[in-house]
Amino acid sequence: MAIFPPPQRVWWRERVEKTEVLWVTLALTWALVMFFMMPYWHFAGDQNLSNEAYRVNPEAYAAKAEAFAAEHKVREDATSGMPVVHPPAGSDVYMIARLWEWWPILELEKGQTYRLHLSSMDWQHGFSLLPENINIQVHPNYDMVVTVTPTYAGEFSIVCNEFCGIGHHTMVGKIFVK
Amino acid sequence: MAEEEIKTGGGDAGEPIPFMQQVLDNPFLLLFLGITVPTVTYIIWGVMEVASIPVAQ
Amino acid sequence: MAINRQFRTCPDTGFKIHLPADKLIKWNAVTAVVFLLIGGIFGLAVALTRWPEVHLLDADLFYLALTAHGLDVLLVWIIFFEVAILYFASSVLLQCRLATPWLGWVAYILMLVGALITNVAVLRGDSSVMFTSYVPMKAAPDFYLGIILFAVGALLACFIFLGTLVIAKNEKTYEGSIPLVTFGALTAAIIAIFTIAAGAIILIPTLLWSVGYVGSIDTVMYKVVWWAMGHSSQQINVAAHISVWYALAAILFGAKPLSEKVSRTAFLLYILFLQIASAHHLLVEPGLSSEYKIFNTSYALYLAVLGSMIHGLTVPGAVEHAQRKKGLNKGMFEWLRKAPWGNPAFSGFALSVVMFGFLGGISGVMMGAEQLNIIIHNTLYVPGHFHGTVVVGTTLAFMALAYWLVPVLWQRELFLPGLAKWQPYLFGIGMGLASLFMMGAGTLGVPRRHWDISFADATLSHEFPAAAYLMMGMNGVAALIGGIGGAIFVLNMVGTLLLGKKKQPAPAKAEEETVAQGPIAVSGSAGAVSVPGTFTLALIFLVTFILYYFVNWNYLAGVWGLS
Ligand code: HEM
Ligand SMILES: [Cu+2]
Ligand SMILES: [Cu+2]
Repeated sequence: MAIFPPPQRVWWRERVEKTEVLWVTLALTWALVMFFMMPYWHFAGDQNLSNEAYRVNPEAYAAKAEAFAAEHKVREDATSGMPVVHPPAGSDVYMIARLWEWWPILELEKGQTYRLHLSSMDWQHGFSLLPENINIQVHPNYDMVVTVTPTYAGEFSIVCNEFCGIGHHTMVGKIFVK
Repeated sequence: MAEEEIKTGGGDAGEPIPFMQQVLDNPFLLLFLGITVPTVTYIIWGVMEVASIPVAQ
Repeated sequence: MAINRQFRTCPDTGFKIHLPADKLIKWNAVTAVVFLLIGGIFGLAVALTRWPEVHLLDADLFYLALTAHGLDVLLVWIIFFEVAILYFASSVLLQCRLATPWLGWVAYILMLVGALITNVAVLRGDSSVMFTSYVPMKAAPDFYLGIILFAVGALLACFIFLGTLVIAKNEKTYEGSIPLVTFGALTAAIIAIFTIAAGAIILIPTLLWSVGYVGSIDTVMYKVVWWAMGHSSQQINVAAHISVWYALAAILFGAKPLSEKVSRTAFLLYILFLQIASAHHLLVEPGLSSEYKIFNTSYALYLAVLGSMIHGLTVPGAVEHAQRKKGLNKGMFEWLRKAPWGNPAFSGFALSVVMFGFLGGISGVMMGAEQLNIIIHNTLYVPGHFHGTVVVGTTLAFMALAYWLVPVLWQRELFLPGLAKWQPYLFGIGMGLASLFMMGAGTLGVPRRHWDISFADATLSHEFPAAAYLMMGMNGVAALIGGIGGAIFVLNMVGTLLLGKKKQPAPAKAEEETVAQGPIAVSGSAGAVSVPGTFTLALIFLVTFILYYFVNWNYLAGVWGLS
């Protein structure tokens, strides 16, 4: 019994019953399939993070984002008064996460690719793009670059899903895709 | 019952203990392995990667 | 140190029990249950707040309660109980005096004082940072201090466990190898030592930072090291509750492991690889390479998952084997049908095995895949997953053990045996459903740790589908059922201690006799009864796993391109 020492002095040479051998073989095979699925997706799949990131200080990042927004601003959003920014396809797009907003609002084109930069001005935030359900952690002092290609038109929300203080549940941003 | 098993269960008294059984019977060796492996592949490797993130221009 | 040779012989099991160990086991177990009660109340309050129609707490209280819930159940309840298990698996199972009982009391007091300090910090309201306390969000210094004291206490307990192994070996209180259950507890202790060391590396600087002696803490570095603690501590739970499974199989059925070799190798895979999967908390963080993520998140080629799948076969397999030896040999499942479903120690154990695998296990491996994590990270799916592991897996297994252990240690009858029969079903099914509903809401994008998914006071808003609201409501209902189950457990345990009838010394109950008699089933190796029922169940599990895994890849393939 498992609560007593093994009765045999040498248990390592015990023959293993065939059900167990079969199960271990199946489980190991499945383990390897799951393992190779991840590198495989890097070649065959369209959803991989680039892992591109830089150290950055928040003021410098904010300056970049503000210059970016000023350059490509197309209008102001009626409900929030936030700038709506329409960057050219293929360009670097900057988004600021801070207590408690995602700034600015972006307008992207379907099927085009953008280099989306994410960084926080204060605490950590969670970039959760809905209803797609793409989730990325946003840190202060790090600029994380995600190359995104919107595949559907519509209105998307960015809900913060990392707890960031008492206003956490009010932190919502927008991306419009045309 | 228990005695019977000891007799029939396997291994006469003189048989050397197999290597893997000795490993599994050695708590401090296991402790060493259980600390070294994750420290190297998870903590040290991870910290090195974070430390080598480049600075933005 | 004083060699204390006070022993009593347990009338139920025939075990010689070292009295100082007996006392420590009792106090640690009771303290655990008290914190389960406290933490459970916070959990219920959180679930009721997240039920949109009820929305119980205000935002600040909600975040406070959530922080307290995470700490009290995940840290305090589980680890106090695990300390009790460590002492049990070493001192009682090896029939040996416990090493340095006085240090056990130091450990106990450190843990208790630490837990209280952190609870006070949280309840004061200035440390609602969640139990993860991600920098640069700052808690009051005593928040970190309490956790550190608690961890030091737990570390001492691990050393006492190792010390007891050494004494038992030197004093030859057992022959050959340690019992499998003790080996599983050793696995847990090893992982715990790594866990606590990692915790010290990160929490001590964080404490200094919170006091003002350290300028800043790198946020990604913090997460790498913090999760070496945060995740590994979940792996302590896995190792511990699997040992409890083996113990219950032995105690209730006289079951013998199918093969010592296979089961111990599975534990070895845990020792080597379980902890590196801490990386699955880092899959969407900036700057870590895919090589690092893939190697670590997969426990090195999923070898630790292999270990779990082995235990998933061998634990029920051992039960089937023992039952068939007793003649319950008809068809595939007579052994299972005729199991003691009315005994909470068994039903809790059985539900724990099944739900840990199907709910916690499959979901955890799925969302730990590098890319799949993108569609799961920080959604409510994550709490859904770990209520499938640490609640219906670990907590339920510990409850099942308590139904056996508490009456035996205290020599008292269960306080409310009638209610106890239902308790594992209420708690297990309630929390199992809660786990499913949270996972469901998470796949719809509902965030975790979020006070208001209707965004009533936000400038910009997002509308979740009606199904998300439905799931949150159902989660609330399920949490209530689970909460009632939890309350019955606490009531029963406390009632047994305070009001339980003294046991009559003789005659022992049938299932307990088996312990005294020694193994019923002989070695499971060559020529043994095979376990077709268990194998069939295992195949059902594997097929479910494979289907669910690929369904999620399919779902991932549908979202925006990311490169
Ligand atoms: C009555 C029983 C319980 C109920 C009703 C319950 C309910 C919940 C709910 C609704 C959440 C919040 C999810 C969120 O908003 O992010 C949560 C979080 C959590 N629960 Fe439970 N739970 C219970 C028992 C347990 C137990 C026994 C454990 C551990 C052993 C546990 C561990 C956790 C942890 C670690 C969190 C995460 C806290 C955080 O995000 O910081 N729960 N629970
Ligand atoms: Cu935020
Ligand atoms: Cu937030």
